[in-house]
Parts: sequence; structure tokens; C-alpha cells
Amino acid sequence: MATFFEQGPGYPVVESVRVDKVSPTARLVKNIRAILVVVAAIIGLIPIFVMGLTTFKSRAAVVAVPPKFIPWSSETATIDRSASRDVFDPFFKPTLEGIVFLLTERSQFSAARQEEAEQNRDELGLFGQVALDNGQRITGPSDFVMRLRNSLIIAGGSTVASVALGVFAAYAFSRFNLPGKDDLLFFILSTRMLPGVVVAVPIFLMYRQLGLHDSHLGMIILYTVFNLSLTVWLLKGFIDEIPKEYEEAALVDGYTRFQAFYKIVLPQAVTGIAATTVFALIFAWNEYAFALMLTSQNARTAPPAIATMQGRGGIEWSAIAAGSLVFLIPVVIITFALRKHLLRGVTFGAIRQ
Amino acid sequence: MATIELKQVEKQFGDFYAVRPMDLTINSGEFVVLLGPSGCGKTTTLRMISGLETVTGGNIFLDERQVTWLKPSDRDIAFVFQFFALYPLMTAYENISFPLQAQGESQATISQRVKDVVDLLEIHHLLDLRPGKLSGGDKQRVALARALVRRPAAFLMDEPLGALDADYRENMRAEIKKLHLNQNATTVYVTHDQIEAMAMGDRIVVMSNAEIQQVGAPIEVYHDPANLFVARFIGSPGMNLLYGLYQDGTIHLPGDNRYGVTEQQPRTLTRTFPVQSEAKFSDNYYQVPEAWRSALENQLSGAEVVVGFRPEAAHVTGPDQGQFAAEVYADDLHGSYSMLHLALGSDEMIVHVRAARNLDLPIGAPARFDIKPEMVRFFDPKTEKAIIQ
Repeated sequence: MATFFEQGPGYPVVESVRVDKVSPTARLVKNIRAILVVVAAIIGLIPIFVMGLTTFKSRAAVVAVPPKFIPWSSETATIDRSASRDVFDPFFKPTLEGIVFLLTERSQFSAARQEEAEQNRDELGLFGQVALDNGQRITGPSDFVMRLRNSLIIAGGSTVASVALGVFAAYAFSRFNLPGKDDLLFFILSTRMLPGVVVAVPIFLMYRQLGLHDSHLGMIILYTVFNLSLTVWLLKGFIDEIPKEYEEAALVDGYTRFQAFYKIVLPQAVTGIAATTVFALIFAWNEYAFALMLTSQNARTAPPAIATMQGRGGIEWSAIAAGSLVFLIPVVIITFALRKHLLRGVTFGAIRQ
Repeated sequence: MATIELKQVEKQFGDFYAVRPMDLTINSGEFVVLLGPSGCGKTTTLRMISGLETVTGGNIFLDERQVTWLKPSDRDIAFVFQFFALYPLMTAYENISFPLQAQGESQATISQRVKDVVDLLEIHHLLDLRPGKLSGGDKQRVALARALVRRPAAFLMDEPLGALDADYRENMRAEIKKLHLNQNATTVYVTHDQIEAMAMGDRIVVMSNAEIQQVGAPIEVYHDPANLFVARFIGSPGMNLLYGLYQDGTIHLPGDNRYGVTEQQPRTLTRTFPVQSEAKFSDNYYQVPEAWRSALENQLSGAEVVVGFRPEAAHVTGPDQGQFAAEVYADDLHGSYSMLHLALGSDEMIVHVRAARNLDLPIGAPARFDIKPEMVRFFDPKTEKAIIQ
């Protein structure tokens, strides 16, 4: 240690490793913060956890009180349940019922047919076997598969359209001296100021006249319009952050304005575009009210479909939970894939070059 | 290499003039520096030449070719930015070859021409790095390479050294100058640093308030400023400017001082002048030379006059010699010399005087000094213009 103080560390110190400078109070505050974040995350994740459990519960287990929350079945557990209702039994046997009910249309077997099917059990697929356990036969895919497809088409299409249009508009607003620029920007923002549902009826009437009612194109246009204000404003912020010297250098170097935009600005705006894409996608993916009113069969998306599932012959809680869970997956995947950009994107403006 | 000609070029934003109508001709192969404080319109002028900024009046010619309304890409000029503007997502090699790709050159030509400039600037080791990994000086070298690789008709540089550390700046200044001599390229260089301008320019264009104040070789701008602004702006510190009254061939300055030179007075007065005699203080002694006298009488708009001289034109003399009486106000050490600040009279008009390093005068002590008469210039305080002999 003595030599350390006399001669220094003996290697170049790239980064300070001293932690003793952090005061105990600061460390305590940091720890408390971390704990609060974890607690908040747990509270936030409880509904998703319950949803996940419910997906794999049988009809009986779904409605059991007190709730069952350990997906583990044992012989004793089943015996206990039949013996006494008062004994708390947190175990349930996980099953794929919910998912099968969600994704398939089934019909009831007659007793004879069921026996016949049991004989050939091994020939049935996994879903078929689960259906058979309930005395049912799979007749085809359910509506939900189509709803999910509609959701993908409409949300994907409108996200691509609103981000593409938004990036051009944002570039123009950021770089050019347009007459009435501030007024235009405010106008674009003001489309967000009234609740969308207020204009639902006029849009409904308009769409019926135009033949856009219950069409994919109609929903893509609608969501694009709603998302544009968000994408233009967000992307303008990101593009403002990119120094205009880069494009000017490209202009002098012999490129056209569009080439400079395409080759220089876009690659640098990737972070902002990723963050904006996620926000736009989440809106279009989750939108419920317009989808409920403006679509019926052809273009109905998943959110209203999940909600109306309750109506069909008793409430299939596990199917609803499975639907919600499946519905979550695409957004989670995309958010996760873009998380690096998101982290930088959400704090935009905070980091200067 | 090209001649650049500006004819009545102006830039207006609403009622505000960023650049008032100006004429300027930059000869082929010349290194011209646009010098001025921030906001004087020098960068706007440069950007108008490049085409990044449109003009609101006037015409720009490149080798007699009208380019006023051409796109930047069609003007055949290269621009070097203050903050380098290297494309951050490309390596140095990609940055340098980017302008050639716009011209649709073949891969073989591109790599050959990149190699040529890389050899010239000796930046082989940087080619695979992205700008984020480069030091300030290296960034500017790559930016210069990107400008050079196109072999443009002219180079425009907007404070290319402004973003560099002081020690890099000296080196890069020499490098740019050498490069210019090497390539003999027409260069327009914008800076607010008058030392840089003096060191690099073949000609300096001093700008202020959206107007050209003076155009001339560094030595002209330094010794014969056209007006008070140039006199103050060039040099550090700028010219000493003493406000006085012209009367009967002599100039009355604060603190009962008078300025004038007689024909009889020897130029190297301080070293040889004998012990003061009464005769020295006669009015005759303080007459300004005949040539100046007539110029002053013809050109001055009133009795007020400004006497200007550089700090090195004045020298502190012994207590009994020297034409001017003053008091030591402050004393800065500048390494090889010290800068004495002398207060002249009660209203504390400060004169900066270069003095020998070993001269040791306490603050508040009386001091006398002389001015070399051939280095004195006169200005009219009303028009701010120099009086021409």
C-alpha cells in the first residue's frame, strides 16, 4: 500500500474506482429507490401474472375461491379437494384448455363418437387431445385467429404509414422555414386534444358512405391519422437533435437534398424512429373504441373480440386470459427488440454530443 | 483553381441585414481570410458562396460562371465545417470517399484518389475508425481529406480550428497553410481570431456590422487600419487610441500632454536625446509634421482627433525624457516582454505599451514614454475613418 501512495497505481487509471466518495446518505437513497422500483414493478406485474395463471387453469380452477396460484397438481391435492371444501388448496393442474378454446371452434361429441375417438387418441394432435378430454371435437380455427391477423395488418400498416409520413413531415418542420410553421405544428398537436370517441359517430357515417366501414384500409387510415400528431412531434424532436451540418456537408459533397436525408439523416434518426414506432404501434394495437364501432366482421381487431368473447355460452375465463396473453406478445417482443433504442430515445434531449 | 467574385451580394432577413451589399474578388490560388466578431456576417458570406444560404441580392461568379442560383452540389466547391460534420456512422475511409461516390466514380478511382489525399495528410492509421474515436485534430484532418479528395475549384473553411484545443490549433494552422501552398487552391477562410487571420491570410477581409471594413494584406490591415473598428479589432491588445483636440498644428491630449513632431527632432530620440532643456517644451517642438498637418486640416470634420499607435510603437523612457507623462496603471507579464498599462491624465485613458521584461515600475509610479512618429496614425472620431496623408 505504501508503494501505491508513493508511486501511484502503476497502470493507467481509465476510470475512477473509488466508491468511498459516495456519501452513506446518497447510497441509502439509491437503495431505497431501487427497492421502490422493484415493488412498483411487482405490483404492476401482478395482473399479468394472474392472467398467465388463469390461462392454464381448468374451468373449475378458474372460479375456485380462495384462488389457486400454484400450477402443480399432486394426488393428495385432488383427494383433499373432494374431502373437504374448507381446506385451502392452492394447487391446480395446469391445462391447455384455455388456449385450445381460444384458437379453435369445437363441437360436442356424441357418446359413441367419443369412445371411437378415444381409441385413436394418439392420432389426434395435442389440441385435439385436450378437446377430447372435454368431450369435444375440433372443427376448425376460431374467429380469434382472424382477429389477431386483422390486428397485425391494421396496427402494422398504420404504424409503418404514420412513422413514414411522420419522418418526412418532421424533417420538413425541422429544417425548412415554412410559412406558418408554428401554427401548423400546433394544429397537428390539436388533433390530439379532443377525445377520439367524440368523432366516432361522424367518422362512422363518413366511412359508411365511402365504403371504408369494416375494411382494413379504413382502419389503417384512421389509426395513421391519429398517430401522425404523435409521430410528427416526437420525430421532430429527434431530428432537431441531429446537427444540420451533416446534411450540408452532404449537399456540398454533391448529393441532392433527398439523398442527404436518406443517407445521412435517416441512419442517425434510427433511435428516434424506433422509439416512435413502438409508441405508434402500442396505440394502434390496443385501440378499442373505434375498432368496436367501425368494424364488425371483416376487419374486427383483437381487442373488441376479446371483450365480446364473454357472450358465448358461459364465460370462458381461461380463453379470455389466453387471448389477452397472446395479444400482449407481439408488443412485448417488439419493445424488447428495440429496448436499446428506446432507452436512449426516451431520454432524448438529455444527451448532447 | 478558380476566381471567386461577389458583386453587390447581400443577405437580408426581413428588415435585418445579415450581409449588406458587398463586392469582393478572390483571385485564383489566393488564401483570403474573412475576419470579424461573431454575428458580423462572415459565416453568412461564406455560406452564400457555397450555396448553403441563398442570396437576397447580387451575383456570385466562379471563374466568370454565374453560380448565384446553383445548388451547392453543382458549384464544385468544398466546405470544411467548424464542428467537422463527419458522418458519425461511417468510418474515416467512408467519409473521405463519400463525395466521390456522389460523382459515380469507379471503385478503383475512388480508392486511388482516397489514397492520394491520405498520403498527403498522413492519416493512414485513421481510415478504419469512426469519427467518435478520433481526436479533434484528427477529425479535422479527415474533414480536410474529404474536402481535398474532390479536387474542387475552391475551398471554403468555416472556423476549422475553432473547435480544437489550443495546442492542436497551432499545428493545424501550419498544416492548413502548408496544404494551401502545396495545392495552390483558392481558399476562403472564416475566423474570429485575428492572430489566425494575420498568420494565414494572403489577404484579410475585416467585417463588422454586416459590412466589409477593410480589405488588405495582413501587414496593411495591421499598420494602416481603415477605421477605428479595424484599429481596435486587430492586434492584442488593439491599437492605442487617444482622443484629443487638434489646434494650431498640435494635438492636445489628456493629462496636459501634447503630440507633435518637429523636423528637427531625431527619430531615435530617446536613446540619444540629452538631458531635458527648456527648449524642448516649446510649442514648436509639438508641431505635427507638415504633411500630416495639411491632411488633418483638410479631412478632420471638427477639432476632435484620435491618435492611434500600436503598443510596440511606444517605448518607456527615463524620467526626464519622453514626450508623454503618465502613471503606471497595471503591468502584465507576457513571457518575453511585459505589457505596461499607463493611465494618461485624470480620466484614466489607458495606453498599452510594450516594455522590456526587466523594467520594474510599481503601480502608481510616474512614467514617461515616446512614440515612434512613423507608426502613428490619425482618425476622425466622427466618421471613425482614418485620415490619409
